[in-house]
Amino acid sequence: MTDLLTRRAVVAGMGVLGLGLLAGCSPARGLDFKYGKNMSNEILGRKFSLKDPQGNVRTLSSFYGSMPMIFFGFTQCPAICPTTLARAAQIRKLLRGRDRDLFQVVFITLDPERDTPEVLDAYVKAFDPTFTALTGTPEEIDAVAREFKVFYEKVPAGDTYTISHSSTSYVYDTRGTLRLSLGHSLNAKECAEDLVTLMEIC
Amino acid sequence: MSMQPVKHGLAALFLMSLGLPALAQTTVSDAWVRASVPHQQSTGAFMTLTADADSKLVSVASPVAKTVQVHEMTMNGDVMGMRELNAVELPAGKAVTLDPNGLHVMLMGLNGQVKEGEKVPLTLTVESAKGVTETVEVQAEVRPLTAEAGSGHDHMHMSH
Repeated sequence: MTDLLTRRAVVAGMGVLGLGLLAGCSPARGLDFKYGKNMSNEILGRKFSLKDPQGNVRTLSSFYGSMPMIFFGFTQCPAICPTTLARAAQIRKLLRGRDRDLFQVVFITLDPERDTPEVLDAYVKAFDPTFTALTGTPEEIDAVAREFKVFYEKVPAGDTYTISHSSTSYVYDTRGTLRLSLGHSLNAKECAEDLVTLMEIC
Repeated sequence: MSMQPVKHGLAALFLMSLGLPALAQTTVSDAWVRASVPHQQSTGAFMTLTADADSKLVSVASPVAKTVQVHEMTMNGDVMGMRELNAVELPAGKAVTLDPNGLHVMLMGLNGQVKEGEKVPLTLTVESAKGVTETVEVQAEVRPLTAEAGSGHDHMHMSH
């Protein structure tokens, strides 16, 4: 009898645990970020389908099981893109163990005409070998930017052009739900702190 | 015969202008270029300029790039804005910094990869308010792609 009860309790307990796992991260309520913005009620970037430098098609579901931090830029950007990538590399170093393994940096180019897969790959991996980049046709990139509400525009510069663009980084949980946005003015430590908050709950 | 002293005087003036770069009014410090990856077409150059007299930086040239421009980055909320500048004002005695957080030199159409540890020659043309043009040669060291603004200082955290 006691054995049965115990077993029941265990089974019930497992059920509750299982439900918890199925639900993924607890609701938005529990997410109290110190620096970044809670984005749990926003829907961004659900439908993108782009290619990594190796030619594999990647969607948000490709990153299930990890916590992707997605941001946009172009390799000819001398200022904010390398700064954001360097910050991402520092964030990764600040995370420990499982948290570090979960963290996946994804750089989406806004300049698919000039950023070839080779350049993109070498560029992001110069910051951290685990980083990945995504590209597509100009039309696909345009659609993805619109999906993320990312502003970008080509600015003529002599006989060529440069690009003005949004600089926010977006973090998803392991189930592909948008959770957090990190502005460019936050430093690596502040970002890492918010990421740990998210990782503790998810 | 009476022309001779004048000619000498002119010659002396000419020699002075050639031989006295110390009179040159612009000093450049901490010049560096961000390393590129293979086939990357452009990168940035950064430095601090101080002019003795009110001047402006009107052009930059380098053998490593086909086009060199000065760009200004501005943040408007979350959007990073980029635009080309025709000139950079250099007020007398004021250090003007070109760094990854604002003004910078763009080396566009790179002739090859710019590698860490190399030196990149830059020729700056500075025009004083009085219309005197000065050329400053700079050897900028190439720092890693991942280099931050300034050395070892966290410039990413801006006060707000």
